Amino acid sequence: MSEIRSELKYLSSHEWARVEEDGTVTIGITDHAQEALGDVVFVETPEVGSQVSAGEEAGVVESVKAASDIYSPVTGEVIAVNELLEEAPETVNESPYDEGWFFKVKPSDVSELDGAMDSEAYVKSVEDDS
Amino acid sequence: MLKQTPLFDLHRDMGGKLVDFGGWNMPVNYGSQIEEHHAVRNGAGMFDVSHMTVVDIQGTGARDFLRYLLANDVDRLKLPGKALYTGMLNESGGVIDDLIVYLMVNGYRLVVNCATREKDLAWINSQAEAYDVTVIERPELAMIAVQGPLARGKVHDLIGAAVLEELKIFQGVPLSGEGYADWFVARTGYTGEDGYEIILPAEAAVQLWQDLARIGVTPCGLGARDTLRLEAGMNLYGHEMDDDTSPLVANMAWTVAWEPAERNFIGREALTAEKSAGISHKLVGLVYTGKGVLRAEQEVTAPGVDGVGVITSGTFSPTLGYSIALARVPVGFTDQAVVNVRNRQLEVKIISPCFVRSGNKVF
Repeated sequence: MSEIRSELKYLSSHEWARVEEDGTVTIGITDHAQEALGDVVFVETPEVGSQVSAGEEAGVVESVKAASDIYSPVTGEVIAVNELLEEAPETVNESPYDEGWFFKVKPSDVSELDGAMDSEAYVKSVEDDS
Repeated sequence: MLKQTPLFDLHRDMGGKLVDFGGWNMPVNYGSQIEEHHAVRNGAGMFDVSHMTVVDIQGTGARDFLRYLLANDVDRLKLPGKALYTGMLNESGGVIDDLIVYLMVNGYRLVVNCATREKDLAWINSQAEAYDVTVIERPELAMIAVQGPLARGKVHDLIGAAVLEELKIFQGVPLSGEGYADWFVARTGYTGEDGYEIILPAEAAVQLWQDLARIGVTPCGLGARDTLRLEAGMNLYGHEMDDDTSPLVANMAWTVAWEPAERNFIGREALTAEKSAGISHKLVGLVYTGKGVLRAEQEVTAPGVDGVGVITSGTFSPTLGYSIALARVPVGFTDQAVVNVRNRQLEVKIISPCFVRSGNKVF
């Protein structure tokens, strides 16, 4: 079973979101997602300063096998992207929740995350899929 | 219910990620497809290819039968063990399958693809009725491919047969001696590296796989096999060719033996007509060094040239570090093209369809 962290929020499209102490939201893809994708070779993140909308495409992750859209769980301004992924996209495979995060958003309404799944619901959703 | 090879339990025990591959439960990787790919380019890797089908053709009519059944000419095989790559065509000149045929001491041996197994056997058997031949499927045989610059040395460490040292490329030999009944080792492969494909009894396959692993041959899944073959510019049935695609547009014209002119083979008439009318499409290689991966079924266009092409296979090349693809495009396409990727127009370079051989970039 892949790692699922209790402090995170999840989308059914396998993104995770973490609300930081300063109120910003960090977004990446789950351990289950990286495992299913296989070796990640490119990550296309949104531009810093751009706006993303909850539930809409914000980037693309490409593995050897396939390309997948990345959806933002919240609306807001992109305030940082993980530049490490430019040089070392495999970080997504190695450390999906820590070093392999994708981008950070300053949310316009953090309560949008209330609609996302908690870890228990995500575990169930993954089990139902398999 | 998915079919299993004799190595199935071993794949599972060794951490293979199993997927449905043409109706077979096969490992796509054992963790990292890219690491397995590099293992083959830099050392030695092994693949379970027991899902491919071995068919022996015997009887006094075997030679005449295969000269009619196959587009390449088995008369090119002068010595037992020699191998020939060929298409098996339908009457319209489409490719039913691509396969390797070996000349054996007592007939011929075909190795055909797993996904086309039923179709191939039905076709072979129906065409065989007019000849004095016996078509013998060999489901009791397994097949392990050992590939990479160190592959032959590793196999020689286990099988100290001098006969292997002398094998030339595209040549095979049956092993002799105790414990080697029904072993056939050929210097063939599907990765652009040197190595062997070893056909052996199913009950011996587990031991060989374990012995190879013990001496440092990396178990590889079929994912790496696909990136390796694509870098080598090798065709995959159902992608670069199929029942509706002739060998002339699939970069397989070299496998069609036109001479001697009096040899009739299935599809000859259609190919002759296609050749004299001029082919409309060709198979090319595409290179994209930017960010993104070319994928099968994406459209290919060229500025100022009529017609639209299509990517038949596309991937990230682990050896080169960027994306490569094979594409069927109108013959007027020359050195540049544009691929429509998720509403972005990517400019790609067109090359002759081979990217990497023996670990080196070749374009």
